[in-house]
Amino acid sequence: MSLSMPPAIAMVEAIPDEPKRRRNRTIKIRGARPSFWSYLILTVVFLVGFFPLYWSFIIGSGDASSLRRPFGWVPGANFIANVTAVAGNEAVSFWPALWNSIYSSTLIALAVVVTSTLAGWAFAKLRFHGGPALLVFVVATLAVPAQLGVVPLYILFAELGWTGQIGAIIIPAVTSAFGVFWMTQYLRQAVPDELIEAARMDGASMIRTFWTVGVTAARPAAAMLFLFTFVGAWNNFFWPFIVLDRQNPTLPVALSLLQSNYFVDYSVVLAGVVLATIPLLLLFIFAGKQLVSGIMAGAVKG
Amino acid sequence: MTATDSRPITRATASDDLPPREPRVLSFSQRLSNWDLKISPYLYISPFFILFAIVGLFPIVYTAVISFQDWDLVRNTGTFVGFDQYIWILTQPHFWTALRNTFSIFLLSTIPQLVFALFIAAVLDRELRAKTFWRMAVLLPFVVAPVAVGLIFTAIFADNFGLVNTWLGNIGLEPIPWHTDPFWSHIAIATMVNYRWTGYNTLILLAAMQAVNRDYYEAATVDGAGPIRQFFSITLPSLKPTLIFVIITATIGGLQIFDEPRVFDQFGRGGAGQQWLTITLYLYDIGWGQWNFGRAAAMAWILFLIIVLVGVVNMLITRTFVRDEGLRSELSKRQQKQLAAQAKKEVSA
Repeated sequence: MSLSMPPAIAMVEAIPDEPKRRRNRTIKIRGARPSFWSYLILTVVFLVGFFPLYWSFIIGSGDASSLRRPFGWVPGANFIANVTAVAGNEAVSFWPALWNSIYSSTLIALAVVVTSTLAGWAFAKLRFHGGPALLVFVVATLAVPAQLGVVPLYILFAELGWTGQIGAIIIPAVTSAFGVFWMTQYLRQAVPDELIEAARMDGASMIRTFWTVGVTAARPAAAMLFLFTFVGAWNNFFWPFIVLDRQNPTLPVALSLLQSNYFVDYSVVLAGVVLATIPLLLLFIFAGKQLVSGIMAGAVKG
Repeated sequence: MTATDSRPITRATASDDLPPREPRVLSFSQRLSNWDLKISPYLYISPFFILFAIVGLFPIVYTAVISFQDWDLVRNTGTFVGFDQYIWILTQPHFWTALRNTFSIFLLSTIPQLVFALFIAAVLDRELRAKTFWRMAVLLPFVVAPVAVGLIFTAIFADNFGLVNTWLGNIGLEPIPWHTDPFWSHIAIATMVNYRWTGYNTLILLAAMQAVNRDYYEAATVDGAGPIRQFFSITLPSLKPTLIFVIITATIGGLQIFDEPRVFDQFGRGGAGQQWLTITLYLYDIGWGQWNFGRAAAMAWILFLIIVLVGVVNMLITRTFVRDEGLRSELSKRQQKQLAAQAKKEVSA
């Protein structure tokens, strides 16, 4: 429901729209009508992006020797067998990893959206002592690498007995400086101050104003923030790799474990890669448009 | 703006025909409303800042503390050793190899990536049919996890029977030592980074291109400039701020690279001769291979300082670039300076 379509499109289309209209006027002069070559180049780009995934599927559907054989375009018959080998591998715990990835990424994305929307609303639309300085501080922390916190976090979670628990990867990820910055930027231009004043005049409390005006306006940006945080959490490797173990990994950790045997059977490894990539490919098919607009909208403002 | 409470309204209605008011006493609900107004912003930012302080700020400060200690894993305390851990790291040959590798992979991934991204963005910046489809097509590799990308390309670049070496053999060329030669291993790892990030940066640059005022192109066309000249004289200068932004993000991410080199072979230690050992791989090895947290913390701070240093250099470049943005002077910087100096001389003469 929060992925309500109309505002999302309105937000994004608002940016490329104006130049587009102007361009129509100048198009004859500029001669920017795409030629056959444009489509050819883009097709090549698409194939270069798609080929490694298809190739993984080809190898992943073959047997242990498929990497040594000349490359063929037709998938083999062993994909299900290889997937079973991945899932049945005692050292990897693939299905728990899939479930861990799904629920940890969802919880992280939800938490980031809630904390960022609240803080973003305050920074964008409420005047308070120290507000601007705090926002600058938040933005400055964007340059801090994840590596700077891992040693104390590990000591902390080891003390709590949380190493190997999924909670140890959720808790450090529930806030995002990027998320706060993103929501602040969006809400600043999406909500006219008059609207808030009107709500206040009508006697709405602060929380009521936030709920009816802020949250409603924030939905499209919040949906995009959810998507990006979800993808980021799903793909995150460094910290989960440190704090989780073989029994209870996330997907990227499980994938790296698949390969860490002395003898590497690439048909099984790549079957695992394909299997672990399918959920995000599905997400991409349904929400790829939002990802594209999110990146482009962020760029214009940033 | 929102600091307008209900008081102005009461005054407006009261001034009409009522007798002079008695000294104002705020009603309970008014006081509640005032309190609401003052406290609410802090309430809204507190979930973020409380959590951020615990899981973001505290660990950073504590990393600094640990980096000056010799950490005892069993007793979970440390003894103060001053700068010993930093000195230890700076005297390790592995550290300097890792630094070289990190910068090499960073350059090999950032520069081709930007060139390709600029080119693809220029192609996308036209009146294409099925615009959204092509933009999505470009972005596809972004959703594949870095670890998955790493595993796929490790198989593609396998020394024996890998796709590239088999293909090279078919056309009668020598196989490339992807894993034994540092340079080629950097190429392989940089390819993984390029694969995943080119499309993402393409879209950022595309957005910036679309924000360029189209009248410039119109004027240039009238003046007889071709598409190539237009790209280099209009598009590229307008993109400078965005390019700097992309370069800074690529720097912060690129200097932390871990996932791809980690899965480049099954041992994950950067190769037998540290061919592709990066700073973060080394940090992991010190912390969770040698279990020396004091040194790992020092390594983390050194990495952070390197990132800040490169960031400051970028910032200085940004400042010089942003200043001439929009000025479109026919004179180059150097000419301007010369003219200024000349004018000064003439004035003082």
